[in-house]
Amino acid sequence: MLIDLPRFVNAERPHWQALEAILKRFENDPDLRLPIDEAQRFHYLYQRTGSALSRISTFASEPELKQYLEWLVSRAYSIIHGQAERRRFHPWRWFTVTLPTTFRRRIQAFQMSLALTVLGALFGVIALAIDPEAKSALMPFSHLTGRPSERVAQENADRGKRLEGRKTTFSASLMTHNTKVAIFTMGLGISYGLGTIVLLFYNGVILGAVAFDYVMDGQTIFLLGWLLPHGVIEIPAILLGGQAGFIIAHALIGWGDRRITRAQRIREAAPDIVTIIAGAGVFLIWAGIVEAFFSQYHEPVVPYGIKIAFGCVEFAGLIFFLWKGGANSEQNNSSKA
Amino acid sequence: MAMLTDLLVISAANRIIGLIRDVFVALDPDTAQAVEVLLYFLVMVLYAILCELLLNGQTLGKRIFKLRVVDASGLRLEPSQVIIRNLLRLVDGLPMFYLLGGITCLLNTRMQRLGDIAASTVVVRIPEVSHPDLDNVLGSKYNSLLEHRHLCARLRQRVTPEVAAIALEALTRRDRLDPVARLKVFAGLAAHFRELVDFPAAATESLGDEQYVRNVVEILYRAG
Repeated sequence: MLIDLPRFVNAERPHWQALEAILKRFENDPDLRLPIDEAQRFHYLYQRTGSALSRISTFASEPELKQYLEWLVSRAYSIIHGQAERRRFHPWRWFTVTLPTTFRRRIQAFQMSLALTVLGALFGVIALAIDPEAKSALMPFSHLTGRPSERVAQENADRGKRLEGRKTTFSASLMTHNTKVAIFTMGLGISYGLGTIVLLFYNGVILGAVAFDYVMDGQTIFLLGWLLPHGVIEIPAILLGGQAGFIIAHALIGWGDRRITRAQRIREAAPDIVTIIAGAGVFLIWAGIVEAFFSQYHEPVVPYGIKIAFGCVEFAGLIFFLWKGGANSEQNNSSKA
Repeated sequence: MAMLTDLLVISAANRIIGLIRDVFVALDPDTAQAVEVLLYFLVMVLYAILCELLLNGQTLGKRIFKLRVVDASGLRLEPSQVIIRNLLRLVDGLPMFYLLGGITCLLNTRMQRLGDIAASTVVVRIPEVSHPDLDNVLGSKYNSLLEHRHLCARLRQRVTPEVAAIALEALTRRDRLDPVARLKVFAGLAAHFRELVDFPAAATESLGDEQYVRNVVEILYRAG
């Protein structure tokens, strides 16, 4: 095709500049919604620039121009063909509706997380029952390697003073550490889920071994009073990390969903992954506060009965929240559809 | 370099957090320490996420070095993708100094680290649209080839962008070339252009190889 390039460029440049101006508006405000006439103009400019790119693409004379037009067309393409609707973020609605409904929609990944942790716990119980000497290998934490009854006696004598003057710091450290563990459990989903499997199983082994150790030493009540108040939130939060990890793995592998490309599967799963891991983060903030300011107090400061009851109420609340949260909104949406 | 710049920004933020801690530690050491722990964590996790959300896929380092995170399919970058790619820095950083992420980048044809694979994103270089200083390179001699507009148009069509760029580069750097090498380079380029389009002898007979290339570059880059 023979064209008079300078004349062509002079004629077309105003359209390219107009397209660039609209693109800049989009980039400065990702929530921008154009009125219909402007949207039509935007689409027209995109098509016209695409056509110009096609016309000059065989020319050697203006490689920079070609690069510039490619840049314009690709940016316009990403806006036109990207997700059409971007809703404003409402934290309360996200927590009460989006989080529980997403959790239920992806329940299989959570069930897998739970099953692996339970399997790990069983393994921990059996391993410690068969070989009590393996305790230090199964529980690589210094405060857990001694006899549970000795620790209980020490904690009772201490009356919660061990953390005096540094409870807030302890709470903050717990929040950040556990959130890192949850993110890590999710991130290992990139290994097609293998890393997540190993981590969840290992967490289960430690949990099972610790529980078995305390039960066999006759410290079941202390164990429940110590673990339940924060554990009923903290452990499910880590399982949520595992759930997010398995969603990543599922999107990578594409079991039962090979109609679309891996990139599309990941794009579709991404909002759910973020919702679930952010939910885990919220739960871990609560768990960190409870662990630092409540779990560390034992009898006679706080009766075990109260601690266990508190843990049970929390757990019931969590199950109810995840099971029923946002159900009305979900029903309304399905009836509208 | 972009990552180093971002690390510098994070270090500066951490220094400020340390100063805040020092101010409040006298009032309540426990709370001051807790706030420090939380702020460190938030800066580490949120710096890149917030930057990439607010600056359209760019952190400060990426902005300086003209890099941008984009969706791997060319679609609009979603906030969830930005969050995932940055949360996975924890895994990319294993076992230390981004070794796992670095190795993955090297093995990946699109230079994606694990976070990019999980979020289906890719980091691209933003092209700089700059125009060469043609007046300086071409001079103002009469260009006899321009008399034949249809042949000029054919030449523009047949020369590939790569060869055009090489010819321009050769003219830009002509003074730095060894005289023998310079003759060889321009002879090769002129022969190539002569093969592509055969201009009438009257237009080319007095032209040396270098001037021929100069005229061709003028046709390709400037003339209509």
